[in-house]
Amino acid sequence: MTVERSYKEINERIKKGKAVVLTAEEVIQKVKEKGVEATAKEVDVVTTGTFGPMCSSGIFLNFGHSAPRIRMQKVWLNNVPAYTGIAAVDAYLGATELPEDDPLNNDYPGEFRYGGGHVIEELVSGKPVKLRATSYGTDCYPRRKIETTITLNDINEAFLFNPRNCYQNYNCAVNLSDRTIYTYMGTLKPNLGNAHFSTSGQLSPLLKDPYFKTIGIGTRIFLGGGIGYVAWNGTQHFPSMMKDESGRELTGSGGTLALIGDLKQMSARWLMGTSFRGYGATLTVGVGIPIPILNEEILYYAAKSDEELFAPIVDYGDAYPNRKSGNLGIVSYAELKKGTIRVMGKEVPAAPLSSYPRAREIAGILKQWIQKGDFLLGEPVQNLPGPEAGIKAKTLEEK
Amino acid sequence: MTSKKVVLKFSAQNADKPIIYHLVKDFGLVINILKASINPHKEGTMVLEISGDRYEEGISFLEEQEVSVLPLNQEVVRNEERCTSCGACTVHCPTQALYIDRPSMEVKFNDENCILCLMCVKICPVKAMEVRI
Ligand code: SF4
Ligand code: SF4
Repeated sequence: MTVERSYKEINERIKKGKAVVLTAEEVIQKVKEKGVEATAKEVDVVTTGTFGPMCSSGIFLNFGHSAPRIRMQKVWLNNVPAYTGIAAVDAYLGATELPEDDPLNNDYPGEFRYGGGHVIEELVSGKPVKLRATSYGTDCYPRRKIETTITLNDINEAFLFNPRNCYQNYNCAVNLSDRTIYTYMGTLKPNLGNAHFSTSGQLSPLLKDPYFKTIGIGTRIFLGGGIGYVAWNGTQHFPSMMKDESGRELTGSGGTLALIGDLKQMSARWLMGTSFRGYGATLTVGVGIPIPILNEEILYYAAKSDEELFAPIVDYGDAYPNRKSGNLGIVSYAELKKGTIRVMGKEVPAAPLSSYPRAREIAGILKQWIQKGDFLLGEPVQNLPGPEAGIKAKTLEEK
Repeated sequence: MTSKKVVLKFSAQNADKPIIYHLVKDFGLVINILKASINPHKEGTMVLEISGDRYEEGISFLEEQEVSVLPLNQEVVRNEERCTSCGACTVHCPTQALYIDRPSMEVKFNDENCILCLMCVKICPVKAMEVRI
């Protein structure tokens, strides 16, 4: 291999303001013009981005102690319950948590107008949030009830900890049934009325590092507008390589990341409370990950374009809810982005759920941070398992 | 003679009947079709400007035909700050008032084409589409 770079060398160049950084979109163009070898010699870092609903997200909070102290056995923020089965005045608020009096799907399809994700957005915007806590009273924590108002500035810590973000690849969802269905992949009209997909394709972080050669524990990232880190693999991390009939590798699939970062640095532009009709509330999260071009192989994958990346088409009318395996074929992100795909011989209008323009903006911001010398690359302290680890999903059976 | 603007909603059962023809012929109303669309499920929406002495009778006729009639006193606007250009609404908007501009993938809103069906208001995951009265 002709190009070999270390993290240290790249970081030296970043500190001197000499690093060559391109977004994942820009590098595709460059590789098309000059080829992998010449581009690898030139480019130090490729930045990626994604901005989509990521349900497995939430925040750890520490509220500080009242006088007298309260243990806080139950906590509500703007009426949305937070988990408190940890130490006194610590809590975890999940993005999909709903107020106890939410009508849910009783009036189907429910609206799910407000949930944990919306509380997170309000906190990060600096808005006051109502805190209510109850407890049973102990000798060290005598208080049984408190109602007050907090803002992000008033409390000790607030960090985003998202156990499953950045899905490497995602299904293109359709509906073969004869009624409209309301899913986490949006509203799907009957009889293949529409298709929804949800990755940023050629800009998407894990699609550009399918073998987890660079993205690992400790990788420094753009998270919600601030700086965050890859903490671990995400839950349901089953990395694999999608292949075509001839065994040719197509697209990395199944990998996920657990992410962590300081909420106090983040902004509401990149953490938005989100509602899916008939499904629930969640949080749309902005993530950007830099890929160091350590060698040509890493660039080869980082330069894959929408034409070379594919999503499986899955029926959410029956196959998905009933965990039936198989799909209705695959489709490239280039075709998906054109707005019409062919499924079972039918033309189906396709639309994204994750924002490509915002993903592009994130990759651009991360590029600027690195160019300005503000953001050094974090060398993983440990790599994450890749497709070669062969991790398979376990299923849940009734016993 | 003042004219009134209304939004008509047709179901699949009545969308193919010559209802507008009867409004003109039987009630002598002057009708200006501002916007019209039919979705793949054969449900239609029409925005009309109607004038004529027998306006009320015309409206009763529409209601007898099970066409829902709503006064046009609201508009759908996009909160530009909030819209992320995710694109989710674009396959649900019956008239392409909301559409993806390619290759930028930015979502554009052409309110000229909006027939106030309110689909986007229900669909938009970040509540960027708002109804203004
Ligand atoms: S669904 Fe909402 S946020 Fe997404 S493009 Fe449409 S209006 Fe904008
Ligand atoms: S209300 Fe929304 S979905 Fe309906 S036509 Fe207007 S923009 Fe399109």
